[in-house]
Amino acid sequence: MSETYTIPVGPLHPALHEPITLKLEVSGEKIIGVDVFCSQVHRGIEWIGMNRNNPIQSIYLSERVCGICNICHPLCMVQAVEKAAEIEVPERAEYIRTIAAELERIHSHLLWAGVAAHEIGFDTVFHYTWALRENVMDLIEYLTGNRVTKAIMMFGGVRRDIKENGAKKLREGMKFYLEKFRKIEEIFLQDPTIKMRTRDVGILTREDALKLCAVGPTTRASGVPKDVRQDFPYAAYGDYEVKAITPDIYNGEVHGDVYDRIVVRLLEVKQSIEIINWALDNMPSGPLLAEKNLVRLKMKLKKAEGEGIGRVEAPRGEDIHYVRLKAGEEPFFSWKIRAPTYNNVLPWIPMLLGGQIADVPIVAASTDPCMSCLNRVTVVDVEKKKEFQITKEYMHKLSVKKTRRLMRNGR
Amino acid sequence: MADEIIHFVEIIIGVFLVAVFGMIFGLLTKGIDRKLAAHMQWRVGPPVIQPFLDVKKLFCKENVVPRNAVAWLYNVAPIVCLTSVIAILLYIPMGSIPPILKGYGDVILILYLLTIPSLAMVAGGFASGSPFATVGAQREMVLMMSYEFPLATTIIALGWKISTLYPGEAAFSLTTFTKYPVWNIMGPFGIIGAIILLVVMILVTTGEITKVPFDIAEAETEIAEGVFVEYSGRNLGLFYLADAVKTVVMASLIVALFFPYNLSTYLGSSIHLPSIAWNAIDFLFYLLKLEIVIFFSMTFIRVSVARFKVDQVVKVYWGYLTLAALIALVLIALDILL
Repeated sequence: MSETYTIPVGPLHPALHEPITLKLEVSGEKIIGVDVFCSQVHRGIEWIGMNRNNPIQSIYLSERVCGICNICHPLCMVQAVEKAAEIEVPERAEYIRTIAAELERIHSHLLWAGVAAHEIGFDTVFHYTWALRENVMDLIEYLTGNRVTKAIMMFGGVRRDIKENGAKKLREGMKFYLEKFRKIEEIFLQDPTIKMRTRDVGILTREDALKLCAVGPTTRASGVPKDVRQDFPYAAYGDYEVKAITPDIYNGEVHGDVYDRIVVRLLEVKQSIEIINWALDNMPSGPLLAEKNLVRLKMKLKKAEGEGIGRVEAPRGEDIHYVRLKAGEEPFFSWKIRAPTYNNVLPWIPMLLGGQIADVPIVAASTDPCMSCLNRVTVVDVEKKKEFQITKEYMHKLSVKKTRRLMRNGR
Repeated sequence: MADEIIHFVEIIIGVFLVAVFGMIFGLLTKGIDRKLAAHMQWRVGPPVIQPFLDVKKLFCKENVVPRNAVAWLYNVAPIVCLTSVIAILLYIPMGSIPPILKGYGDVILILYLLTIPSLAMVAGGFASGSPFATVGAQREMVLMMSYEFPLATTIIALGWKISTLYPGEAAFSLTTFTKYPVWNIMGPFGIIGAIILLVVMILVTTGEITKVPFDIAEAETEIAEGVFVEYSGRNLGLFYLADAVKTVVMASLIVALFFPYNLSTYLGSSIHLPSIAWNAIDFLFYLLKLEIVIFFSMTFIRVSVARFKVDQVVKVYWGYLTLAALIALVLIALDILL
């Protein structure tokens, strides 16, 4: 069949749980052109943070950037503000933040594994992993009071302590996951049908991963050892010395395909369990908050002037929040969120080109896209032939424009 | 003349009863399948009568025809699909009740009739004027072409054996298959061959009723139900019913070819009951056999694997299953020669 036609995947499609559009040029089953259209959801979160909310309200707003990464977004934002306002965080709070972030990683990766299984039509595995995920959700609820929006972050610390009972429950939970880990590994890495659908599918080469600035498990699966926890440690990660996980740790080779992304995520779950156990063993005692009085904290932030950048390794990759505070103004003067999905959407194009329509859901899902985080327009010029190009001049023009805008805000 | 009219009326009543049975039992089977699958996946699952409620609701819903669809073909496809599967059911014996259209057709006819529902789906898909449906229809064609060959090989191998043993009988008639069960007439090589053929038939059934891993034509997460993407209301309800009846048809075919045993032939001499009661018992036994076959060809397979890609489906059918069917054919040939 030589005739080509366009298939629109999205903005609403059963494979995508959030709105984004992929225009696929196909010939028979083969994909010969991909075009991505983002920004189907824009909720103006940054605008609210810059115009309506005081900074403390913005913590809870930032939790709602994404339903899954609701530790890493507030953590990232809080770090940026702490840098801007020069607030010292007590050590115990840093450890609790680490534990919360790692619990989130376990739950996010298990959720992803279930979704991936569903995308390739393996519903039994989907139900199994989501049933396993309930345990970590219960732990999160026990420690923070909520399953989803955890509301544990605060400028200069955390709002809840992990007491004796909580630590016990956490240890039991981690033991449970270590026991179940072998079973999950067997399901995802040994099952022949999963291997058939994921091996050598959606390959992202190391060069492409570097060129397109992919982040998180997507880039690590291509053999780039990039992890914020390793490269620029925050919270308590500096004491632990995290090592970025690449698929060659598991089987000595890097393919950069969907299978490798599964490997990386599963190993990261194991790593998270180890980090949590380590943090529980080494947790120092001390206060939880640098400033307990919220009114005084608010006044301090109102008087503060400066800018800060928070970087956090979210389950999907590096998350960046930029915050500028101006003395005398209560809301943030400037707040910019760059969620990991923003970087991981462009790699879809080299992953999908030359593949089949059947690969689209699993390849798209393999980067764990989260459209609610992704808030900008990405323009990609796709030639109908093999390669896609963004001209350098166009990028340059865009970045000049953006620099001017930032300078205008900064003045 | 009067006899012909009575025969004609009998056939009409029989067709009506078989159609009602096919739909009701098909929907019930779907309900049982969903419940069993749910329990295998740590879920509670919907009530067993859920498919009936689904169909009832679909028939109440608006029937939307897309603007750029070929309206007449789009509307006629589901009707053709349903009537053709019901027509197949008329040629298949149920327990000790002979088929309604006994003597009017054989397994070869069934083979041909089996392609019509798929062709109707393909026609409906192309007629709906949606890129997803077009992809789905193409995939359905590929799927159909893939499983035809192993299916035909299976039936020919069994028919060949019967025709050499009983040259007087109509070799491809389902009644002959029922009269001489496969396992009774085969030697040791033949038994191995028949087991291989049974496995092939079960896997062909999974493809024929488009369930995971061979549900490429409908693949929900890939092409949004494919051929059915534009269908709604009554038309979708008809396709749903056709799918339910097709499940019964395929399972009945396996039962008729491989497990045609009736309780009455074995227990009829020791327990004395009126023949109508034996018919009822055989019929219930036949339903039980259907459920077991459906469990292995549909529920069990669909919960234990992931969906294949188009090229992988073709590889499985044209590669492995065709090879297996040919090996079985050779084994049965050996059995005939020795």
